Amino acid sequence: MSNPAANNTDLNQVRVSANIKKSTAWTRLKKNKAAFSALIFLVLIHLLIFVGPFIWTVNPDATNPAGMLQGITASHPLGTDDLGRDVLARMMKGGQITLLVGFGAMFFTVLIGGLVGMLAGYYGKWVDIILMRFTEAMLSIPNFFLALVALTVFGKSPLMVVLVIAFTSWMEIARVVYGETLKWKESEFVEASEALGSSSVRTLYKHIFPQIIPSIIVSSTLGIAWAILTESAISYLGLGIQPPTATWGNMLQNAQQYIWTTPMLGVLPGVAIALVVLAYNFLGDGLRDALDPKHRGGK
Amino acid sequence: MVNLEKTALELIESPRKPPVLVRVKNAKKYFKLKKGIFSKNQQYVKAVDKVSFEIFKGETFGLVGESGSGKSTLGRVVIGLHEADEGEIYFEENEITALNKREFQKVRKEMQIIFQDPSGSLNPRMKVQELISEPFDVYTKMTKKEKEEKVATLLEKVGLGVEKKLSYPHELSGGQRQRVCIARAIALNPKFILADEAVSALDVSVQAQVINLLKDLQKELGLTYLFIAHGLNVVRYISDRVGVMYLGQLVEVAETEELFDHPLHPYSAALLSTNPVADPRKRKEKVVLKGEIPSPANPPAGCRFHTRCPIAQEICKTKVPDLVEIQEGRQVACHFPLLTNSKEETE
Repeated sequence: MSNPAANNTDLNQVRVSANIKKSTAWTRLKKNKAAFSALIFLVLIHLLIFVGPFIWTVNPDATNPAGMLQGITASHPLGTDDLGRDVLARMMKGGQITLLVGFGAMFFTVLIGGLVGMLAGYYGKWVDIILMRFTEAMLSIPNFFLALVALTVFGKSPLMVVLVIAFTSWMEIARVVYGETLKWKESEFVEASEALGSSSVRTLYKHIFPQIIPSIIVSSTLGIAWAILTESAISYLGLGIQPPTATWGNMLQNAQQYIWTTPMLGVLPGVAIALVVLAYNFLGDGLRDALDPKHRGGK
Repeated sequence: MVNLEKTALELIESPRKPPVLVRVKNAKKYFKLKKGIFSKNQQYVKAVDKVSFEIFKGETFGLVGESGSGKSTLGRVVIGLHEADEGEIYFEENEITALNKREFQKVRKEMQIIFQDPSGSLNPRMKVQELISEPFDVYTKMTKKEKEEKVATLLEKVGLGVEKKLSYPHELSGGQRQRVCIARAIALNPKFILADEAVSALDVSVQAQVINLLKDLQKELGLTYLFIAHGLNVVRYISDRVGVMYLGQLVEVAETEELFDHPLHPYSAALLSTNPVADPRKRKEKVVLKGEIPSPANPPAGCRFHTRCPIAQEICKTKVPDLVEIQEGRQVACHFPLLTNSKEETE
């Protein structure tokens, strides 16, 4: 129960113990080999995608009818596609769009899911009934098809893709946050804050929200992976972001005609999607263990 | 806004008593039990059932009873954390049960609570500085500097070093955490503090320190305590008067020493006889009650204690005894109070 540092009266020692405590989540993450290598991989790939275009300054949309479907050459390290565009540049540009869509969708997913879950959990009664029944109704619709319908109706701009993915995938986070809110609502410090006379908004923001942050971090990491996958699938079906803007998904779609002649065109975006999604999943699992040691069974 | 009639009445009623700070009249708090699909009747847990008592200004009123007797619920009803289903609660002769939310907010400042578990009642993600300045954030618009000064004085008052303001709760010991809770409770200069098992989670040596701190603060700030505990020795040490609760009702109210000397209600007698005394020569006979405490959802008819009472008669099964004053400052709810027993007990 009691911390070994509990009896330290010296200010410095208290500070040191605070640092130790702060670093434990990080040290736990470092010990998890899969999660930590996933993290390193993700840092590298994000650097490549977002910093790379400043070094490799070839225009990803510049066509060259004379040099279509080339293999690896000095001027095109990853070859060219069916319109003679540089694949390396397109991979970086497409990665940017795919990842930004992933982040954006994750942001809105967390925003909607977090709000719905916290409000339903904290206020209970009819707020709970309305919001959670709506969540369950949304969960019972196959959300991928809902996304396809919404995109067909509302258009296919990148922002719309982000919003559609968010609106079809916030329910999982809402349920996680709902459960956590219910749990923390019963805690004594929340009661203490109410006894003090805090407003409900203050209690929610100051006392309940900070406790839920670890779960939100984990869910959003897994949410990015899901959003990337969804975006790729939608783009592959031709309903996502439209060419000439490159995304890994529509590059994959474009490549399917040349799968026997130039397999590299399909393999590159496919492997990139798979690796990034896998890495985000590993990282999310690792973070779950790192942020909440109870998940590992023992204390 | 002095209610003349009431003040006059009070003067006639109790010429020597100090002024009343909290008056509880017929307070009731029932909790709904979950109803089964096939059961017809809604069942209630009668946590607090028609309880009336008074707390005088500047005193410590102890509340004892088994777990499940409704002590904590009563305490929470008194400070408005639970809304009473029936009955009235007066604070400084203002009926707070009649106030709306905004009006009640003003009274709430005067009534604070210290919880049992100091590690549970402090947000683990806040530093001591933030925890103690929370009352100021809620009720005042102090600047950061003013708050820091206030926190420093409060920390000093509860016997903690100023450097502790940078600590998180998990870096403190149990006693230190409870001191932080106390600092939070006294931050707004309240008149009344509900200490709900405030020392039960601490080990004995720390209990003594915290209780002495509470006593010192009472003297310094003129506080009134409602002190809920199951540790009888603690209650005896800190309380001026004690109320004994059984199944949601007060069965006896008396001055501390009188109650511990010669309890009048058979339940009080049984409860007190189980209290270990740190003196091996004093061998008291323990009154062992038969059976368990009945369910508060379905309390026995008549006197609630009759199922376990060693001296119960026929009348106890049918007629509910009222809490009546049978001696100066002593109220008992029993048809056969142990008036003769007192001499045997005191040898």
